[in-house]
Amino acid sequence: MAKEYETVIGLEVHVELATKTKIFCGCSTAFGAAPNTQTCPVCTGMPGSLPVLNKQVLEYAIAVGLATNCDITRYSKFDRKNYFYPDNPQNYQISQLYLPICRNGGVEIETEDGGKKVVGIHEIHMEEDAGKLIHDEWEDCSLVDYNRSGVPLIEIVSEPDMRSAEEVIAYLEKLRLIIQYLGASDCKLQEGSMRADVNLSVREVGAAEFGTRTEMKNLNSFKAIARAIEGERERQIDLIEAGKVVVQETRRWDDAKGESYPMRSKEDAQDYRYFPDPDLVPIVVSDEMLEKIKANQPEFRTEKMARYKEEYDIPDYDIDIITNSKHMADLFEATVAICNQPKKVSNWLMGETMRLMKEKEVDVEDLHFSPENLAKLIALVDSKAINSSVAKEVFEVMFEEDVDPEKYVEEKGLKTVNDEGALRKTIEEVIANNPQSVEDYRNGKEKAIGFLVGQTMKAMKGKADPGMINQILKELL
Amino acid sequence: MANIISDETIEYVGILAKLELSDEQKEQAKKDMGRMLDYIDKLGELDTEGVEPMSHVFPVQNVFREDVITNSDTREELLVNAPEEKDGMFMVPRTFE
Repeated sequence: MAKEYETVIGLEVHVELATKTKIFCGCSTAFGAAPNTQTCPVCTGMPGSLPVLNKQVLEYAIAVGLATNCDITRYSKFDRKNYFYPDNPQNYQISQLYLPICRNGGVEIETEDGGKKVVGIHEIHMEEDAGKLIHDEWEDCSLVDYNRSGVPLIEIVSEPDMRSAEEVIAYLEKLRLIIQYLGASDCKLQEGSMRADVNLSVREVGAAEFGTRTEMKNLNSFKAIARAIEGERERQIDLIEAGKVVVQETRRWDDAKGESYPMRSKEDAQDYRYFPDPDLVPIVVSDEMLEKIKANQPEFRTEKMARYKEEYDIPDYDIDIITNSKHMADLFEATVAICNQPKKVSNWLMGETMRLMKEKEVDVEDLHFSPENLAKLIALVDSKAINSSVAKEVFEVMFEEDVDPEKYVEEKGLKTVNDEGALRKTIEEVIANNPQSVEDYRNGKEKAIGFLVGQTMKAMKGKADPGMINQILKELL
Repeated sequence: MANIISDETIEYVGILAKLELSDEQKEQAKKDMGRMLDYIDKLGELDTEGVEPMSHVFPVQNVFREDVITNSDTREELLVNAPEEKDGMFMVPRTFE
């Protein structure tokens, strides 16, 4: 009989914090600037330069810790993690090993069978990001851009509490939601503002000891994470079944090839020789500081759901979907604030928005039409300036380019023709050209009128109010 | 000398520090490291029961800066230090993981 194996997974999640400046210097963290234009002696490791902690980094880290039920370390400090690599100009990364800012937390996730489970958080520490290496094929060399060097990160280290790819994704989604609600990061996997390293081992079901684990890097989508977990599980089981051993190592996942390979050779032993950073003084978190951060914690999802139920007349299902993304909830609230029509706003988000997101494979975080424009579109439909099928057409353009629907409708001449004379004339023509349908209708085939409405709409290039067509048709028949 | 550093250890430390040592330098480094460890052992003889581990030599804590951009583009000055540059970046030997 084939042996049954259990997968044991723990995650190290790096999150880039949404501060304006770097963790230890006043350089901008804005994304996309020309290489090395957001650097200074501190983040390029110049001798004699001194780092000073950005207070906002500490406050975000504590806020995330509180929201994930961690103990906040009242006496915390920074350590140096030593390694040589060109993306790391100091030859050490400033991180926290001995006294990380948050410890012993956890978040609750829903499991596949509909149950609940807590994934423990071992610790959360603050650290700096490294620069970016670009490989130049032409010169056969590497080019270094230090704009990212010193961008603040928190690393959230889970306990090895997850047992499947589904649980890993549920945990990541939960973390992402909490952090987005806090405004501490936008958590985009594709852009690297959230990165997950997967520590995975397998063991026979019922075994007391963990197997040897590997660490998998370079996972930049939920799909890649799921595939990498499946791939690594199989690789380890194959090794064990063949009587070989799993080597503890760091592996890089190649999602295009669907396989992983070892990243570091033996010569680059992972021996970081950590020691306290003498350039940075310890952090003492006072009661006052902690209370202030607690008082400023935002409305989280559960509270928001309860408030929506109270304030807006929309279905629970809509509330569930809308609050499942901070961005979507913000969009909803901002639009409702302008037009005061929660039901209609919700319908646009649940209907066309979801449909287009799926069709065009757009992530909810990348929705970029403005609340102002959605409110304008709703007003255009309400005033019957456009009909609902034109509105959908306009919305699709808004979804792509965030156009102003009023201007767009004007420019493209999409306004409903309210000239009754013109409409009546068109309908008369349609009646004259479709004697069979007219006959059918007069013989009691109610459905035939639908065809005539359609023909009229076509002749009017969609710019008519279907109610009005119906009314005139019935009158003329 | 109570602490004897083995050839393997000095080899390993050399790799970590990215140092290429001659045989002569290795022998000297083994002696130096041994003496340093002897000194640490000496410190270990002290009774530190009830003494808080020291995190910093100065009695200073909570030095922060506000999250305000104070630095501007100084790329030219930075790249003066680059052995070679290309497209505004440091050019280094091909490095990959």
